[in-house]
Amino acid sequence: MARKKSIADRFADWLPRLVLAPSLLAVIVGVYLFIAWTGWISVSSSKMVPQYDFVGLEQYYRLWATPRWHTAVANLFIFSALFLAVTIAVGLIMAILLDQNIRAEGALRAVYLYPMALSFIVTGTAWKWILNPNLGIQKVVNGLGWESFVFNWITQPDFAIYTIVIAAVWQSSGFAMAIFLAGLRGIDNSVIKAAQIEGASLPRIYASIIVPMLRPAFLSVIVLLSYISIKNFDLVLAMTNGGPGSATEVPSTFMFSSVFRRNQMGVGAASAIMMLMTVAAIIIPYLYSELKEGRDGH
Amino acid sequence: MAIEYGSAARSRMIGRTMIYSGLIGLAAFYLMPLWVMVVTSLKPLDEIYGGSFIGLPKVLTFEAWAKAWSQACIGTACTGLKPYFINSLMMVVPAVLLSTGIGALNGYVLTKWRFKGSNLIFGLLLFGCFLPFQAVILPMAQVLGRLGLSGTIPGLVLVHTVYGICFTTLFFRNYFVTIPDELTKAAQIDGAGFFRIFFSIMLPAALPIMVVSCIWQFTQIWNDFLFGVSFTAGESSPVTVALNNVVNVTMGRKQYNVDMAAAMIAALPTLFVYVVAGRYFVRGLTAGAVKG
Amino acid sequence: MATLEIDRVRKAYGTMEVLKEVSISIGSGDFLVLLGPSGCGKSTLLNMIAGLETITGGEIRIDGDTVNDLSPKDRDIAMVFQSYALYPTMTVRQNIEFGMKIRGVPTAERERATRDAAELLQMSHLLDRKPSQLSGGQRQRVAMGRALVRHPKLFLFDEPLSNLDAKLRVDMRTEIKRLHQRLGTTIVYVTHDQIEAMTLATRVAVMKDGIVQHLDEPQAVYDRPANVYVARFVGSPAMNIIPGRLEDGPSGPALVMDQPNGGESRISGVVVSDDARQRYAGQPVLVGIRPEGFSVSAGGPDCVEAMIEVVEPTGPDTLANFTLGGTDVIARLAPLAVRAGQTAKLAVETAKVVLFDPKTELRID
Repeated sequence: MARKKSIADRFADWLPRLVLAPSLLAVIVGVYLFIAWTGWISVSSSKMVPQYDFVGLEQYYRLWATPRWHTAVANLFIFSALFLAVTIAVGLIMAILLDQNIRAEGALRAVYLYPMALSFIVTGTAWKWILNPNLGIQKVVNGLGWESFVFNWITQPDFAIYTIVIAAVWQSSGFAMAIFLAGLRGIDNSVIKAAQIEGASLPRIYASIIVPMLRPAFLSVIVLLSYISIKNFDLVLAMTNGGPGSATEVPSTFMFSSVFRRNQMGVGAASAIMMLMTVAAIIIPYLYSELKEGRDGH
Repeated sequence: MAIEYGSAARSRMIGRTMIYSGLIGLAAFYLMPLWVMVVTSLKPLDEIYGGSFIGLPKVLTFEAWAKAWSQACIGTACTGLKPYFINSLMMVVPAVLLSTGIGALNGYVLTKWRFKGSNLIFGLLLFGCFLPFQAVILPMAQVLGRLGLSGTIPGLVLVHTVYGICFTTLFFRNYFVTIPDELTKAAQIDGAGFFRIFFSIMLPAALPIMVVSCIWQFTQIWNDFLFGVSFTAGESSPVTVALNNVVNVTMGRKQYNVDMAAAMIAALPTLFVYVVAGRYFVRGLTAGAVKG
Repeated sequence: MATLEIDRVRKAYGTMEVLKEVSISIGSGDFLVLLGPSGCGKSTLLNMIAGLETITGGEIRIDGDTVNDLSPKDRDIAMVFQSYALYPTMTVRQNIEFGMKIRGVPTAERERATRDAAELLQMSHLLDRKPSQLSGGQRQRVAMGRALVRHPKLFLFDEPLSNLDAKLRVDMRTEIKRLHQRLGTTIVYVTHDQIEAMTLATRVAVMKDGIVQHLDEPQAVYDRPANVYVARFVGSPAMNIIPGRLEDGPSGPALVMDQPNGGESRISGVVVSDDARQRYAGQPVLVGIRPEGFSVSAGGPDCVEAMIEVVEPTGPDTLANFTLGGTDVIARLAPLAVRAGQTAKLAVETAKVVLFDPKTELRID
């Protein structure tokens, strides 16, 4: 009496896997195989075109012996630290202020967030103009009567990296605000009421109760901003093009110029692998914890 | 008691005033660059060199916009941004549609047709969202070359689709997870198959996330610079690459008004989408931070 | 209408076995309720009957046909889900017609079937609304309508009333019962609510840890539960399970239970089989007495003394709490029959007392 599975049913069983297969293939090739391929180039003697020989870690030695790379790594640390600290502070303040039953909240939120819709090239172009020492902000302040005011960081090797921080904060703090605000909105109102009844002042409530409850939001913001700062490329290129000299070189611009301008493909690949490893060290634990929590939640 | 009420009301007033002035000050900071870009692009060059930076133009002119659109020099070709703007459009439309469509199917499979190993596949895709593209541009350039796609718009469509799938899959997966599995079960008992369930039930219910995905992909792909500058050259470049070239031309007196007009032209499509559908844009932004 | 046989069915996820050789068979027109706490395997079993989960071992037969390898659409079943599972973008009419459309039922027939079902469930006025515009009870009706129009061999209900509020739940329960009486279809119904099981079922299968603990008619499950677990699960307040001792004297078997003051209560006149009488004489047993098995009495050989600690009036009766055999006991008495702090004499309805083995926790027959 038992009816056996029909061929159509068997095909239906495999259909979901077939549908997913092309994407899986694309990602395995485009992400994982290509990473391996880059890794291979990084242990070869490639210069202008890829060579598939093996020279061990020579390119990595060469990379770490390059002063420009040291500048790039140092800049990445300075940039990331400042960018994260300021963006988080500004984003959090904006989110808390917006959470006070503000009348035009929607409009203000839109204003804080619109830079995220812009290309870093556009942002860089605009800020390069604003920070222009002859005709930009400096001139405006001079014109107001403060004749001695000087704001020429963008042309100063020691300060140019900070101008990139300013532009990056301008572009990304709305994003931090959005995530913090979503976190604030997720907090149960009765917690705040309970604290108010206990007699705590509003700043106190935020400092001791609400901000600590935003831990997941902080984690997300930190991870995503770190990722943005490591892959930051367009903004530097548009604002300073790595200059003056190589003062604002960062790993991403270093990689690009090694490969496309200096014919040092092997060194470029080695720097790309260094970048990848940094990102992976931050992202993989994050994704793992997010997925695990998500599963526990079901 | 009345006195205390009064002082409470006053301190509340002071608090509100401080909050609003903080918010408005911040808003001014965020609007300032846009303001500067717009007014600069509408001024004649002499006025700019004459020292007018933040003020309204004394002489209103759209000359810089016209120049940026059709005359500015990108390298040696003085065609303006127009052909590159069209390049970007030709790239962005198919790439957005493809990556969103594929992401929708993937999300559907990963939530409603789970199989052994499907979670691992999701994990593999997810890491792709956070891939620093520097780690893949060298091999990608090689492969595009072998496929005969280097320096072409279809090549960029391919690249953006492959790396876009990761994000779109995440969007749809996280959305479909909230739709009860019982819905697919009911449809199965009703006799619907894999694609029938997808097209008749899941897709119509997924309209909001389709908008989110399209907007996100549009913004990402339109604003991309790294792929554009790595895989194209000359006249097949997208608008971001062309903009960077316009700005970095160093011959003669720098035409800041044209630079700003060009930047505005490159920014307008994404700004337009943001103004029209900001709500969905924010959802896309925060999707990277939601639980998987 | 059909028979259903579940024959030594097993389900395992890897090494975790969630169903262990479950065997249930019901006749045409039966209303089988799978009753148990969450995680007992009842929903898994229902999904296996539906074809939504694969069967690890054993066979499921509908009307004598093995359906193990048939996909859900080929099993001729319909299912109503806890979350209703209405297609959110379709109107009520489209929801009901969806299955028929896929099966290529002609338009005229489809419309008639929809109209009939809508009339039967009194929701004709809702046909053009979207699910989001309906109340919980209305959604439940639509879900049932969607199942009805198919005239399947077997109806499956997966906790259909759990998402409704208390009042509506009672109404819908009656509605389902009425439908079953009118249509006479075979139904498998999963719930964790023992009242639903009692009121609806013609057969109840109480499940725990992937094993059917007791399969019988509801009244039999209530009166003579197969083990302590079933005794406690069915009925509210639950059956009192009181540690005691069986003594056999010249005046027949008697149950002895400790009093909190150090004394003992003794009930004689208990009905025990000769076999049990021999095996358990002088041995400890668990005495199962339903709360309504007590009544206020002037005294006698079937009485216990109860120091009433708390009384909870419910309206139709009063729940009196006291201690007996070292455990809390609840008696369902007439309103105002006792007061807290009072010592009352309570008669036990000896014919309905059930005894359990303290080790195996199985009923002693």
